[in-house]
Amino acid sequence: MVEFTPPRPRVRRHHWIVRLTHWATVIVLAGLIASGLQIYEAYARFGNRGGPYFVSPFDGAQFPHWSRLGGWLAGALNWHFALAWPLVAFGLLYVGYLVRSGEWRALLFRPRDVRGALEMTKYYLHLRREHPPQGKHNPLQKLAYTGVIVLGALAVFTGFAIYKPTQLGWLTALFGGFQAARYWHFWIVWIFVGFTIMHVILVFVVDPASLRAMLTGWYRGKFPSHD
Amino acid sequence: MDRRVFLRLGIAAGVGTLVAACGWDGGRLVRPGLLEISRVNDWVGEKILFSPTRLAPTYSTAQRSAKLPSYFISTMTPMLDDPAAWRLRVDGLVAQPLELSLDDLMRLPRVSYTVKHHCVEGWSAIASWHGVPVAAIVERCRPLKAARHISFASFDAGYSNGWDLASAMHPQTILAYGMNDNPLPAAHGAPLRLYSPTKLGYKLTKYLVSMTFTDTRPGGYWEDQGYPWFGGI
Repeated sequence: MVEFTPPRPRVRRHHWIVRLTHWATVIVLAGLIASGLQIYEAYARFGNRGGPYFVSPFDGAQFPHWSRLGGWLAGALNWHFALAWPLVAFGLLYVGYLVRSGEWRALLFRPRDVRGALEMTKYYLHLRREHPPQGKHNPLQKLAYTGVIVLGALAVFTGFAIYKPTQLGWLTALFGGFQAARYWHFWIVWIFVGFTIMHVILVFVVDPASLRAMLTGWYRGKFPSHD
Repeated sequence: MDRRVFLRLGIAAGVGTLVAACGWDGGRLVRPGLLEISRVNDWVGEKILFSPTRLAPTYSTAQRSAKLPSYFISTMTPMLDDPAAWRLRVDGLVAQPLELSLDDLMRLPRVSYTVKHHCVEGWSAIASWHGVPVAAIVERCRPLKAARHISFASFDAGYSNGWDLASAMHPQTILAYGMNDNPLPAAHGAPLRLYSPTKLGYKLTKYLVSMTFTDTRPGGYWEDQGYPWFGGI
């Protein structure tokens, strides 16, 4: 016997600005990371010449050829400094849209989301049977998406701290100095990579319909599209 | 997943792979564009972020790094055959061309500081430098109104750097004849090198022989190969 489930209604989920900035950031960030790995090769450690050096599992590492962009240091720098602008532009466009549309409310992790985040964690750990009720995003998603925006801002600020350590000396000092700023700039990459891997896995495992929503704007999935 | 979604993903993956593969520097199509953007970044660095008065932080001599690598282009450390005959030539668009010996330079105002050196490669090292401010040379050679840049040339295999006048006039931009309380070592550009904590190391011409004032933007050894021209930090 075939069970009949009525088709879910198609709802508008993502504004074109969200979709554009999302996919543009994917491409721009891939280029920034690849050129960054090429830049890293020129001095593959963190600390003044002669040490002491920051602890890093990638000390002296060279990343595979396919993962690097630019061919050599100058080529990589030119890619990196060219792609930094669109990252900032798309980031500002996205955050500007969130603020103007009020959509930040469905996205920003706030203290009141802590309890819900714990419930969601319990659910994922199978300590709770039913999926907690949620709006457009569950509290853990809010935490992840808020975090990744903060991470993007940190990537830009640590980047400027490395780019102009004399003119923006106050910013460089804020991150603990030039080599410390390089260190954080580099770690941000791996947090981004970790986020992206989890993000893609969860899309396919939990809510595959959300992929189409991010491409076309239309969603026909199991979760609400508004809070 | 419908066909359209699949197609778009395929295109994105294709572009990503193409861009990441083979250490692509942009090729004949994109590389000129990247260099154009680099010029825009130079402009931002020169006109917006550079301050002619802001000083780089200084350190105590106890904070000097144990090591400061020395780079040059020649296969062996560039050395003068006759150090006594060496002169710094100051020419180009100036009212008063100069020929200065090391003694002449040492009689001019002296600046000493301990600063952090930043290499484009990402390393840094702290060292002390002693020399005469470029501003003091400018005062004596009196550049013409048309002079906007300086080309610093060396006897190291044709190495040179082009500078904007504002960066050269910065109070911490000096012609250094000393390093860490000693005469400038051969490995670091003896007898005279350009130094400034407002620039990356590759802009700091070693083994100086001349500074030429120009109205057009002079190139440089690494700059002509694609490194950012301004190189300001």
